[in-house]
Amino acid sequence: MKVSMTVNGQQHTDDVEPRLLLAHYLRDVLGLKATNIGCDTTSCGACTVIVDGLSVKSCTVLAAQADGSQVTTLEGLAGPDGELHPMQKAFREEHGLQCGFCTPGMVMAAIGVLADNPDPSDREVREGLEGNLCRCTGYHNIVRAVRSAAQAGPAAGQVPQDQEVAR
Amino acid sequence: MIPGAFEYVRPGTVEEAVAALVEHGDDAKLIAGGHSLLPLMKLRLAMPAVLVDISRIPDLSYVRVEGDEVAIGAGTRHFELEKDDVARAEVPILPYAASQVGDPQVRHRGTLGGTVAHSDPASDLPTALLALGGSVVVQGPGGRRSIPMTEFWLGFYETALAEDEVVVEVRVPRTGSAGWAYEKFTRRANDWPIVAVAAVEGRVALANMAGAVVRATATEEALARGASIAEAAGLADEGTSPSSDMHADPEYRRHLARLLTRRALEKASGAGAAAA
Amino acid sequence: MSILGTRVVRTEDPLFLTRGATYTDDLVDDRLTGALHVTFVRSQVAHGRLLSVDTSAAREAPGVVAVYTAEDCADLAPIPAGLPMVPPAMQRPWLAQGKVRFVGDIVAVVLTEERYQGEDAAELVSVDIDPLPAVVTTADAAAGEVLLFEDAGTNVMATFGEPAPADFFSGCEVVVEQRMVNQRVAPVPLETRAAAAAWGDDGRVTIWCTNQGAQQAKGEIAGWLGMDPARVHLITPDVGGGFGAKIGADPEYAFTAWLAQRAGRPVRWTENRSENLVGMLHGRGQDQTVRIGGRRDGTIEAYSIAVDQDGGAYPRVGIILPTLTMLMAAATYAFPKVHAHGRALATNTTSIGAYRGAGRPEATAAVERAIDLFAAEIGMDPAEVRRKNLVPSFSEPHTTPSGATYDSGEYTAALEKALEAAGYDELRAEQARRRERGEARQLGIGLSTYVEITGADTGLGSAESAELEVHADGTATVLTGTSPHGQGHATAWAMLASDQTGIPVEKITVLHGDTDRIPRGGGTMGSRSLQQGGAAVHQAAVELVALAKQRAAERLEVDAADLELDLAGAGLAVRGTPGAGVTLAELAADEPLLVQTRFEAAAPTFPFGAHVAVVEVDVESGKAELQRLVAVDDAGTIVNPLLAEGQRHGGYAQGVAQALLEEVLYDADGNPQTSTLADYPFVSATELPSFELVDMATPTPINPLGAKGIGEAGTIGSTPAVHNAVIDAVAHLGVRHIDMPTTPMKVWRAIQQAQQGGSNA
Repeated sequence: MKVSMTVNGQQHTDDVEPRLLLAHYLRDVLGLKATNIGCDTTSCGACTVIVDGLSVKSCTVLAAQADGSQVTTLEGLAGPDGELHPMQKAFREEHGLQCGFCTPGMVMAAIGVLADNPDPSDREVREGLEGNLCRCTGYHNIVRAVRSAAQAGPAAGQVPQDQEVAR
Repeated sequence: MIPGAFEYVRPGTVEEAVAALVEHGDDAKLIAGGHSLLPLMKLRLAMPAVLVDISRIPDLSYVRVEGDEVAIGAGTRHFELEKDDVARAEVPILPYAASQVGDPQVRHRGTLGGTVAHSDPASDLPTALLALGGSVVVQGPGGRRSIPMTEFWLGFYETALAEDEVVVEVRVPRTGSAGWAYEKFTRRANDWPIVAVAAVEGRVALANMAGAVVRATATEEALARGASIAEAAGLADEGTSPSSDMHADPEYRRHLARLLTRRALEKASGAGAAAA
Repeated sequence: MSILGTRVVRTEDPLFLTRGATYTDDLVDDRLTGALHVTFVRSQVAHGRLLSVDTSAAREAPGVVAVYTAEDCADLAPIPAGLPMVPPAMQRPWLAQGKVRFVGDIVAVVLTEERYQGEDAAELVSVDIDPLPAVVTTADAAAGEVLLFEDAGTNVMATFGEPAPADFFSGCEVVVEQRMVNQRVAPVPLETRAAAAAWGDDGRVTIWCTNQGAQQAKGEIAGWLGMDPARVHLITPDVGGGFGAKIGADPEYAFTAWLAQRAGRPVRWTENRSENLVGMLHGRGQDQTVRIGGRRDGTIEAYSIAVDQDGGAYPRVGIILPTLTMLMAAATYAFPKVHAHGRALATNTTSIGAYRGAGRPEATAAVERAIDLFAAEIGMDPAEVRRKNLVPSFSEPHTTPSGATYDSGEYTAALEKALEAAGYDELRAEQARRRERGEARQLGIGLSTYVEITGADTGLGSAESAELEVHADGTATVLTGTSPHGQGHATAWAMLASDQTGIPVEKITVLHGDTDRIPRGGGTMGSRSLQQGGAAVHQAAVELVALAKQRAAERLEVDAADLELDLAGAGLAVRGTPGAGVTLAELAADEPLLVQTRFEAAAPTFPFGAHVAVVEVDVESGKAELQRLVAVDDAGTIVNPLLAEGQRHGGYAQGVAQALLEEVLYDADGNPQTSTLADYPFVSATELPSFELVDMATPTPINPLGAKGIGEAGTIGSTPAVHNAVIDAVAHLGVRHIDMPTTPMKVWRAIQQAQQGGSNA
């Protein structure tokens, strides 16, 4: 079947099997390999991307279900000049990543947390990230990164497409 | 893991969805958010030949007051229910229970109709709905019918829904400022409940104490005859048939049902019955 | 001022945060063009006679290029048991032959054109197994009624030492005995296992895989396949966590090379999580019996531990874990007598390997529980019992009765720091108040002190190689035999090189994990990297500067003694002659400026610390929640506090997870109950507090950096502190011991049993 969607601001149309998972569409068809797959059961959140302004686990969404959507992955966050998104910047400064495997999903989920609550407490960040597993950091610095990003203002809870819409 | 192959159809109306179900019979499965079905399909515990995607059908997502009831569209996603002002004012237990489902990403996708139709005995929203009472509105080839909440969930993944019917709406009584509580017991915040208890206006429902969500009828009867909370809660597991898994054996589940019922009733009877 | 000891943010991160790291499944490489996808068909039965494997339907499925069973790989010699103490009959066939021995044993392998076709075809392979009774526990295995390897005549994989003499505790006023479980856990690096293989026209195979040490994996794979190691080129791309489970090659990795040769096309394999949770090595898995004896004044006179190690179905590194547990049995204590012995046993379960700490957490968990049991028995505060028995401060080597020689230690100071930071006395007062009021939420305070061994020589030596080359454009390249997978070596090794040469960190590239470029290396495991690999980089930088001085002296026609390092200019300056000098880059333009070196560690080091955990236990439901974790971890000199703290945080989380949550479970037939992340209770952010870190740094004399290992310390210290805290919270109700993980049901039941009279243990 034919699916069309805008991924990181670029329009794509592809012929795919109905069962193709959005995560595999992004990785294997579009070659956007930042989005990782860490489990089979919608548990780990490594595959989190933003679809139409909401964080979702792309391993549990069919590409067909995302037909017509605006999708943002980790690759779509930094500015064209390479300037890091406030959440990316905060993850780096607070050492919120180690092996990096959960990171793309964690960063996207964290943007979702701030979209929902621009200035969360530690507890609220932890609850907001309950669907994203990390084995390396003990979450300590991830929580710090999200709270620090919140101080950067509303852009930390937005993806570039949102910002364009907002303008 | 990936699902087995299937044919995918995307009806534009409920009528078209029903027609697809009629055409394909038990080879077909409805999908909305897909957060109950797709995990089963990935583990190949479900292998439908046809997937009927009802998520694009317009006007299935709403929360509105209709007389003494609140009507909620089956396509309403958990996060929408969680944040809905009407729901918060009129049936506050529901948005709270919605906030307890899975994690934010799951709540962004999962729908009320989906969790109602799935009939997992450990689901949050059916437990709260069963305590509220009211009805599930379904549509089939012969039109719409209304199934009382107490008659809807029959067993594990089993409901009163016919093969060719679609859940279109849930109707619950307005409870306004009446006391309520939803007590969910988990090991980790985003787990399915080991046991959960919903209490509102003297009605009590239990998650994961039988093949489907069930009412704690002995507790409700005791409350009705004026028994103390402690006494009524002590009967919460009566008539249940809890299963055994790695988190809990039946004896422990029964204990949790009694404990959580006591806590839920205490909270629900407390002044103002603030969020649990 | 030196860059060492400062919080340098990681050079790895800009790429990781914008494009993502490149893990094995992400590889885009010409050599892998047209690669076939590998899908393994695994046994769903724990133990049984393999009667037949019918692949006919699978062969007809769309996209299937080949399906292989044991008959097809007769050219492959079974994978040997590998360790001299293990009966040779305990070898592993590549594909199950005659028998299956665990759920996850490979019975067939499918090659398909597309990823999705593999799962479809694997479903069509029909496997007929006649089930046998399963050996699920070490007790089953020891009983020996059912054998995994009939030819071995035993389920005992290895035996270490003899039981303690009968009179070992004679003379003790008090002796406490406890059997305890150090449960099997799943390492669960977020990146599952993955590999790819491609043969070149030169008859060499390139294997990419996710692993903690390319050189070791290459050697094993070549050995198993009977190949000249020179024909194997192994590359570890970015690795998404390991935690010990990616030490050494897995058979699947070697298999990709064989499959690529057989199929005449490159192949790639990425397992899914359900496969990972049965196929990748598990950790821990010890049944322990501890005895502790001493006087009622709190003096401990003797301690013994007996270990039954679950080895799983086929011997892997897990079977030597008892030796590390035994080596560290004496822990931080000045026990006059210590006895330890153990054995490893075969069961119809996933093989056990190393998991963060590997043998040392098991030693610490046992002794720290034993101390608390002893304290409870004599009615003394557990902090006081520890104070009375800790090894006093030492800066000269200290040899324990269990045979370890510790380099330096300040155990009492660590404990006092932790108690003070936690506010121990106030916590005890709050606990007393809650007990007095009979509150539902009771407070538990748990302590641990620990010492562990890092950089131990586990058979691969205790040396590490490093190469440093300065380029004419002012950049530099470091080649290291360590194998970072999250630890931040690219940053830390650049800091070490920069500290000596003045070349800015951002101009230094660190390369690892390619056996053609870096033939020698020990990988990253056992918290060895900084103290050996980092020390090697430091040594390379020192040697490079010395070499540069010679060259500069010739070029500038001055005496080398008149040259001094100009760190700001990354060059050498003539002392007393402003403006005269030469940069390292200019020297490199003349001729390659490069050194290769090898740092030989004289001994391992022994990091130590003390943790205090505060939990709340809902005594009505049994649920325990961690409120605080206060941790003193002394790993000697710190190169980059940001990275060291990150290692500690991650370690705590995994340690807490073992105490409270995580356990791999099997039913009585050997069926795994925790084979998805929906079932395996991987610790999430909501079960953890932010941690309270207390700094302490006692440099080691063992290496020029003064650094000890920090990778595993957090796990080792936190598990017993949290475990002790949970039991402490319900001790006033009569509970003496609860095995890990302290699940709500176990805690509730322990309270019920204690209340119904007598101790639960």
